[in-house]
Order: sequence, then C-alpha cells, then structure tokens
Amino acid sequence: MTAQPNPTAPLAHLPLDALHRSLGARMAPFAGYDMPLQYASGIVSETLHTRQKAGLFDVSHMGQAILAGAGAAQALESIVPADLLALAPGHMRYTQLLNDKGGIVDDLMVTRLPGAEERLLLVVNASRKAQDFAFIRERLPQFDLLPLDRALIALQGPRAAMVLGALLPGVEDLPFMRWRAFEEGPASVFVTRSGYTGEDGFEISVPSENAETFVRALLANECVLPAGLGARDALRLEAGLPLYGHELDETTDPVEAGLAWSIGKRRRADGGFPGFARISAALRDGPARLRVGLLPESKAPVREGAMLVSTSGELAGHVTSGGFSPTLQRAIAMGYVASKHARKGAQVVTELRGNRITLDVAPLPFVAHRYFKPSA
Amino acid sequence: MTGLRFTKDHEYLRLEGDAAVVGITDYAQQQLGDIVFVDLPKVGKKVSKGSELAVIESVKAASEVYAPISGEVIEVNPELAEKPALVNEDPLQGGWLVKLKVESASEAEGLMDADAYAGFVKTL
Repeated sequence: MTAQPNPTAPLAHLPLDALHRSLGARMAPFAGYDMPLQYASGIVSETLHTRQKAGLFDVSHMGQAILAGAGAAQALESIVPADLLALAPGHMRYTQLLNDKGGIVDDLMVTRLPGAEERLLLVVNASRKAQDFAFIRERLPQFDLLPLDRALIALQGPRAAMVLGALLPGVEDLPFMRWRAFEEGPASVFVTRSGYTGEDGFEISVPSENAETFVRALLANECVLPAGLGARDALRLEAGLPLYGHELDETTDPVEAGLAWSIGKRRRADGGFPGFARISAALRDGPARLRVGLLPESKAPVREGAMLVSTSGELAGHVTSGGFSPTLQRAIAMGYVASKHARKGAQVVTELRGNRITLDVAPLPFVAHRYFKPSA
Repeated sequence: MTGLRFTKDHEYLRLEGDAAVVGITDYAQQQLGDIVFVDLPKVGKKVSKGSELAVIESVKAASEVYAPISGEVIEVNPELAEKPALVNEDPLQGGWLVKLKVESASEAEGLMDADAYAGFVKTL
C-alpha cells in the first residue's frame, strides 16, 4: 500500500469513522487517513462475499472535485489522453493525468455532468489528491476546481444493483460508466455505475452528514457485507486493475501500463497531450516493457518489489503487486516485464527466501470482469 | 492453558519432555488475519533462540516467526501445507508449527506464563 505522504501528520478521519469502529473494523493508516483495513470476517470472506453478493467499501478518502467553466473538457484534454469532447452528459471515462514526459501523475475518473454549465466531476486517488489538484490548478488556472466534501461509498458485486435499486428505484438500469443524481430524503446522491473490483457495482457520493443513515440502510440488506481496504486490494488485483504507487507512477506511461485502450482514437491521431511523442511511439512500435499478470508456481505469494529474471538469468522486470487470490485460492501477481516476455506461455524467475520460483506470464484479468453493459 | 510459555513476539512453546512444540498465539493469528501459506524450516535445521524459524504469509503480508528457544527441528506440522488456515482456527493445538529438540530447557524460564502474557497483550 502507498505510504502516507507525511507519517508524522495526524491521520484524517472519514465521515463514517464511528460506524466502522462500531462494526468492528481494524483500522490502519493509508494515504493520511485512518481507514478500515478489514472487519471481523476477514479479507478472504469479504473478497468472496463481494464476488458472490455485495461488498460495501468506504472510499471517502478519494478526492472528488468539479472542474467548471465553458471549455473545461477541451482544456482538460491538454493534460489527459482521453477523448473528453466525445463525452456525453452523464457519461464517464477512465483516464490519466500526464506529466510533460507522458508519465502518469495519477489515474482518475472523469464524468461530464448534465446541465447548462460545463462541469466535469473528477475522482482521484487519495494518495495523490493534493498533487492532482495543485497540478490541475497550475495547468488550467482559468477554471474553477472545487473539491467536494462528500462521503464516497462503493457497493460492488452481483447483488449490488438489486440492493441499491431498493433504495434508489431505477438505478438498476444505469449502464456501466454512467452517472445519475437521485434525491434521497433531504440529500442529493450522485451514483456512477463503476468501481474498482471487476464486479458490477456503483460508487455513491453522499453528503457527509447523510452518509451514516444511507450506509446503514444498505447494510440492513442481508446481501451486504462491509469490506475493507484489504479486500479491495485483493479484488482489484484479481481484476487486473492497476493501482497508483504500485503499477502506476510518474515514470510509467499509459501504453506500457496496459492502458492504451483508454486513449481515444482522435487523441492518438491529433495528440495535444503531454508526452505525445513518447506515447505515440509506444503505440506505434510497442513499449519496451508491459504490465502483465504473473502466476507463481509456489503456494507462497510473491510480493511487490520482487525482481524477475528470464529463464536464462537476464533481468526481465519486477513485481508491482503480489498476494493471494481468495477467489482462485492461489498466489497471483502483477508486474512489468520486458516486451519479449510479455506473452502467454512465457516464464520468468524470482527468488523467494532462497528458493527459485518460476512464474508464468498470464493475461489479465485473473477473474473476469462482470460490468453491466446492456446491449443496445 | 498450563505448561505454555510465551514471547513478546507472540510465539508460544509447550515443553513435552526434551522437545518443545512451537506456534504463534491466538492474539498473533488474529493480528495477521487470514493465513494463506506457512513456510516451515527443514527437519534437522538448528536454530538459536530469537532467530528466524518460519515465515507466515497472510493475505496482506509475510511475517517472521522467531524461535522461542534454541534447538533442532525434529518435526514440522504436515497439515499446514494443505491447510495453513489451521493456524487461524486452532493456533495452540492443531495449528502448531514446529517441534524442536531443546538444548537447554532453562532458556524457557525467562518467557511469560499465560497470565503474564494475557497482561502483556492488554498493554498493546
């Protein structure tokens, strides 16, 4: 997990802090927040429950902000490679803030909000939000960037739509990567059909003062189990999703990170984002290294930081995330390998406590995504 | 439970003649969470008190287990290869890790008894 930006600073508390403690959460510091790592049932059962029914995650530590002003989408395109002009109201995209070398400052979700005024809702990583907001303000000084002080809840899993639909009728029909506002009691609730577990599910932005009532209503459904950061990390690793500070950092470009799919066709042709020369060359010629899945032959997990060599002993890459998959009941990992090793059937080798461990390069995800994409 | 001695690193030992059964405490398994793999030493390995004896992998991280007493590994728990979660379920009995042939039982004298360990855990 990403270290706190400043380990001596006091930890910030989530709006639902008291609720987590009353539910028996084990709290741990993460990105400057005191966060629920797991609850009494543990990471394995929270992960499995999310895959089978619905897991409820508090992700209020993440940064939510609105970038407002005429031309905001076009301006934001100067620092991200996604096609935002094509984004219809209520639609969202996954993209990356890029530094001048095409390295990833952060990955984020961008939603174009409906309404007469041009407004983009941004959701960024907790560990990066201070840098992100400063970066955006510096690059786009003519626009207002308004951080939102709201709780953010992720409800993930095959029963999520049924559970949330009971509270917010109609939400079941919202397709993957769409946004909608609901009036829930006195509160305005923003819902996106998105998440970071590979499951169908929602992220729900609620005014902080209404969050506990809302979350208790979700938890009252027997399908819902509270789940912590530990399960969230296991789920996203199983789903092959990169995490900032692990698979992504300011030296990584989106192509080698396996995120070329998120770069719009028009943007690939016209550029106009930082690092276009590097990213364009990587798209054309293939990157020098690629993010891949790794299946260790050992039962023991191979962890982040493990160096990888080829079967003939030359340096081949490194592991960026590694752990145990509760769904597959085996060790899994992600990492970067030189492109010649980035194919199914290739093998690389690491050393773990003095033992030589072979890892099979594997396609991602390890557990198939189950996003809700109704056919038109 | 009687006959158990505990370390501040949350290992226990139970003397059985000139052998010691070694494992981790209930508090330790709770702190580690779901245990998914236990890397045990080879039979015949000699360890000194305080040296690394085993590594326990939870979902989140790897944690070292230290020898609470010096000795030679004479047996490792064969069930943990297929069922590492035994350490979570029954740490003091079925989830034991290693049996050591003890060099000097007097080394155990500095360890805590059950009451002292329970008091120690309360301070954490």
